[in-house]
Amino acid sequence: MTTTYELSDLDQIEAESIHIFREVAAEFERPCLLFSGGKDSIVMLRLAEKAFSPARLPFPMMHIDTGHNFPEVLEFRDRRVAEVGVRLVVASVQQSIDDGRVTEETGPRASRNRLQTTTLLDAIEEHRFDALFGGARRDEEKARAKERVYSFRDEFGQWDPKNQRPELWNLYNGRIRQGEHIRVFPISNWTELDIWEYIRREDIEIPSIYFAHERPVFERDGMWLSDSEYVTLMDGEEVATRRVRYRTVGDMSCTGAVDSAATTLDEVIEEVGATRITERGATRADDRVSEAAMEDRKKEGYF
Amino acid sequence: MELLRFATAGSVDDGKSTLIGRLLYDTKQIFQDQLEAIERTSLQMGNEYTNLALLTDGLRAEREQGITIDVAYRYFATPKRKFIIADTPGHIQYTRNMVTGASTADLALVLIDARNGVVEQSRRHAFLASLLRIPHLVVCVNKMDLVGYEQEAFEKVKAEFREFAMKLDVADLTFIPVSALHGDNIVDRSPNTPWYEGASLLHHLEEVHIASDRNLIDARFPVQYVIRPQSDEHHDYRGYAGTIVGGVFKPGDEVMVLPSGFTSTIASVDTFEGPVDEAFAPMAVTIRLTDDIDVSRGDMICRVGNQPMVGQDIQAMVCWLTEASKLTARTKLAIKHTTKAARVMVTDLQYRLDINTLHRDESADALALNEIGRVTLRCTQPLFFDEYRRNRATGSFVLIDETTNATVAAGMIIGAGA
Repeated sequence: MTTTYELSDLDQIEAESIHIFREVAAEFERPCLLFSGGKDSIVMLRLAEKAFSPARLPFPMMHIDTGHNFPEVLEFRDRRVAEVGVRLVVASVQQSIDDGRVTEETGPRASRNRLQTTTLLDAIEEHRFDALFGGARRDEEKARAKERVYSFRDEFGQWDPKNQRPELWNLYNGRIRQGEHIRVFPISNWTELDIWEYIRREDIEIPSIYFAHERPVFERDGMWLSDSEYVTLMDGEEVATRRVRYRTVGDMSCTGAVDSAATTLDEVIEEVGATRITERGATRADDRVSEAAMEDRKKEGYF
Repeated sequence: MELLRFATAGSVDDGKSTLIGRLLYDTKQIFQDQLEAIERTSLQMGNEYTNLALLTDGLRAEREQGITIDVAYRYFATPKRKFIIADTPGHIQYTRNMVTGASTADLALVLIDARNGVVEQSRRHAFLASLLRIPHLVVCVNKMDLVGYEQEAFEKVKAEFREFAMKLDVADLTFIPVSALHGDNIVDRSPNTPWYEGASLLHHLEEVHIASDRNLIDARFPVQYVIRPQSDEHHDYRGYAGTIVGGVFKPGDEVMVLPSGFTSTIASVDTFEGPVDEAFAPMAVTIRLTDDIDVSRGDMICRVGNQPMVGQDIQAMVCWLTEASKLTARTKLAIKHTTKAARVMVTDLQYRLDINTLHRDESADALALNEIGRVTLRCTQPLFFDEYRRNRATGSFVLIDETTNATVAAGMIIGAGA
């Protein structure tokens, strides 16, 4: 048998991600894997399993719970966590509100998106996490295109885009002082299509809302928002049942669905390949605030 | 599908961001909402046409100042290949960003304005590409529309560049006449340059042969993490996890572990999917040995008959990356090399290189931000390394300031010895 010793593109980015997981586990004392139940964090979890197999993950998982979750996703999260057999930390935005750490926004466009940052930073401090794995990808958004794999955060959790550590070869500098931490993005170099192709190749289960289903929705800012107890309809907004699916999974109050007939992974991949709108542009109200909405939130300590 | 990583260099004026915008646009990687956003911004900034450069300049300060500050990563694919672009700014103060982007690139794309010919910056970019050992160099002679698509202008740049490149170590050099603004020779061959017989830029990126660039000869496995499951099922499991950075490993191979020098045999090469018959660079695997010997992070597994150099004294080229301090003789720093962390002292700064003239200034006593020089380092522990030209993974390192924790230098190993 002759082999060409060539790795496919997916195998190469998979190997790179596994390398990053292992590097962090070796060099940090208290890492933690952020897990939302969305497709990116699902792929992250699989990569982490691969990195340490046949051992369990050597770190806990954490979900920043806005209290406005899709029930399908919460159910999925709990099942997956039980399978993997690690501890899940749930940091609750509702708790932050009850404790007076943050104030709930009001009005029909109220969102808990921004409040999550405080909950996240408080949880990092409470559990003394020194490295947090996040599922951000550079292809998602222009501020993220300039993000390092190891993203240094000061004691306030802030990102300083002008003062990032140079990152060369696959040598990562994880040195921090007490109170500082690193956000680690092992799937930095993956695209949305890579994620889907990997889910198909690995036969990974994902929450049902990623596939086309009937849902009562209403139109706001050119997106289909799910009618739920977490949103208030504005004048002229009407609820209708449509066949939709989600491209991203976030807070119910600001994550939009897209019209879709895709009920299988193959169909979803075909749709993703043909779409002309970015996933955040299509489905995230939080990024529509301004040209630099993501950059500004990241500087404050957002994911 | 194959993956090609390439780095681009050139200043704003060379039209680099426009070229990248053009590549993304013509390969349909630009989404409607992104295009609408930059159309809005272009209009607001008073540009006459949609400024494709805005696609890559993402940070607020970059948009405001019309410059690229940091390395930006872009992704696109054609039916033939997937591409990762490390888009690096070209100004002299951003040498450190170009070095960063170039460190993982298979190919470097240098832009030259056809009207201006080879300028100081072009020479610097070519030099850095060769210093970082990027195997393939593509020179895009841009703005051909502004010189009437004249072959003469193209040939002049080519000759000038070749003359400088002869002094460098460039394995594969290609020239392409383009107009990023109008799309000439970007995706398809342009009717405006009938005298040009080479491939379009995209065609070249799709076809350039990169498979043989990897080192499949010298088996090198830096141990990254020891896997010892605390479970009944895998009670006696002890595996060495890591990424293969050279050569091929398979069960039955006689191997040596450095620094101990103990030899053993590979019992199995494991992955999540189960054991594999063989594994090669750059796979991330877990190796088990037949003998119960002491192996930990920072050790190196190699073949008995093909070992890396082992030593505490190292000759290297370094690029200084910070303005907060300078490198001088006796500077002490932390080093990260493969999976090993140690401390080093600069025992000698042999010379500082003028990256425009390649002149070696042996009277230099310091390296400041963006300066490159040859140094001798003394390490607190032996490192296991190869020449950078032979293996980019075992031949590279970064230096870290122990007070600020900043990454202050990138290093490429030339050899052993004080």
